[in-house]
Amino acid sequence: MFELLGIPPQALFGQVLLGLINGSFYAVLSLGLAVIFGLLNIINFAHGALYMMGAFVSWILLKFLGVPFWFALALSPLIVGACGVLIERTMLRPLHELDHLYSLLLTFGLTLVITGVFQYSYGVSGKPYPIPDILSGGVNLGFMYLPKYRAFIIVMSMLICFSTWFLIEKTRLGAYLRAATENPEMVSAFGINVPILVTLTYGFGVALAAFAGVLAAPIYSVNPVMGNDLIIVVFAVIVIGGMGSILGAIISGFSLGLVEGLTKVFYPEASTTIIFIIMALVLLFKPSGIFGREA
Amino acid sequence: MTPMSDNLLKDPSEAVATDALLNISGLQGWYGESHVLHNINLTVKKGELVTLLGRNGAGKTTTLKAIMGLLKARSGSIKFGDAELINKPAREIARLGIGYVPDSRGIFGSLSVMENLLLPPKIADGGFELSAIYELFPNLKERLDSYGNKLSGGEQQMLSIARILRTGARFILLDEPTEGLAPVIIQQIGHTVRRLKAAGYTILMVEQNFHFARKLADRHYIVQEGQVVDEFHNNEIEANLEKIQGYLGI
Repeated sequence: MFELLGIPPQALFGQVLLGLINGSFYAVLSLGLAVIFGLLNIINFAHGALYMMGAFVSWILLKFLGVPFWFALALSPLIVGACGVLIERTMLRPLHELDHLYSLLLTFGLTLVITGVFQYSYGVSGKPYPIPDILSGGVNLGFMYLPKYRAFIIVMSMLICFSTWFLIEKTRLGAYLRAATENPEMVSAFGINVPILVTLTYGFGVALAAFAGVLAAPIYSVNPVMGNDLIIVVFAVIVIGGMGSILGAIISGFSLGLVEGLTKVFYPEASTTIIFIIMALVLLFKPSGIFGREA
Repeated sequence: MTPMSDNLLKDPSEAVATDALLNISGLQGWYGESHVLHNINLTVKKGELVTLLGRNGAGKTTTLKAIMGLLKARSGSIKFGDAELINKPAREIARLGIGYVPDSRGIFGSLSVMENLLLPPKIADGGFELSAIYELFPNLKERLDSYGNKLSGGEQQMLSIARILRTGARFILLDEPTEGLAPVIIQQIGHTVRRLKAAGYTILMVEQNFHFARKLADRHYIVQEGQVVDEFHNNEIEANLEKIQGYLGI
């Protein structure tokens, strides 16, 4: 068997796979944040908590109602997305005219409240969520062993990222969204209901977070703080990709996951900090992010 | 306070003419704390091309924004057909069949020309088909895939008008269509406006360029310090040229 710089290929490909899986979550989560930031100009700090809610809702659906994974994959984002709609309507809308800082504080507070409610109700220990039968096990590719469910995560998140990109960049609805991002007043002067567009966009971004949460449930432990560490990295990812850039969020999500995985192989000590080092470098040399438009 | 001209009051019955499509009375408007529209009274009849003339900052653009619902702090009455617009949001006003071509042109830079063109939803039948729009603005057809922010000022102006024509709106608020454009483009815009008038569109136009306005319009209102202070039919222009030039400071 060949070796690369003294690293056995099993370890290398294993970490690449792990990196891609982390990257899948980074991409879907930062995509949701980018969609929300683009139109609402809100830094949605509650994104990690809503991701956790997505995982928890699918666990509750399974445990108490016997709803299987495949239905939860659609149902949980809908339920959590509806919560997002409610949050936008009742809490974020009144802050619309104020500085960003207010919505940032509000969503930060919401994170504490949501996390607290789940901790109080279900404790801090992780809940098990089984991998659906059809996706359990794996295939031996010769150079590595590929667990089916992990491959499924990567494929699903690429699919959802591509669909979202297509929806926003290539459809009429997406054109409304991009136009409203640029000049909401003009869009409303064409007879388009911009407030509803804003509410649905927030709901959609939140649903993306919940979708990532459902995908995560079978491989990470479902617990109230599962979003906390992840969201910090995701914020670094969108700073690197460029705030509000759809393509930037997707590409930097996957590639930073990959970079993180490779760092684990070649210089494990830096694996948890590499993304932040890259963020610092990007902020130094291109403050608007790699794919961001200059302000 | 600016004194009202006798011209405005000589035939009050005309001001409330039953065939008025737009009838504005006692319109007041505010930008935050500052009171910018004091007393706007005007009517526009179906098929008419009416201009608002006046110096910079007189309140012409603000009047159009108030009609469109983009100036939210407003009071008085703006009747469009049977509908009262004064408390309606912009999106409902647009749906009644009013198209807005702002002085900033309002082209979306991150959208292609085609996307800009297709953006305003159709609100009524009888709008221009794309083929008719390309015939009216051949330059746009060449640039469908370009992004809005790559267009010249003239192209942006044409796109801004073109996308409204698609919607089926029959009443157009046209804010300074010639601003900053080269004479040859101004000619083309003038030609377009004339064709729209011939096709039965009703147009309320704000214009700094008096020579452009007098070649096209049926009537002119003079706006000063947030009030309509005078009114002239286009055939009265010659006789009142000095007075008008005084109003406009030209």
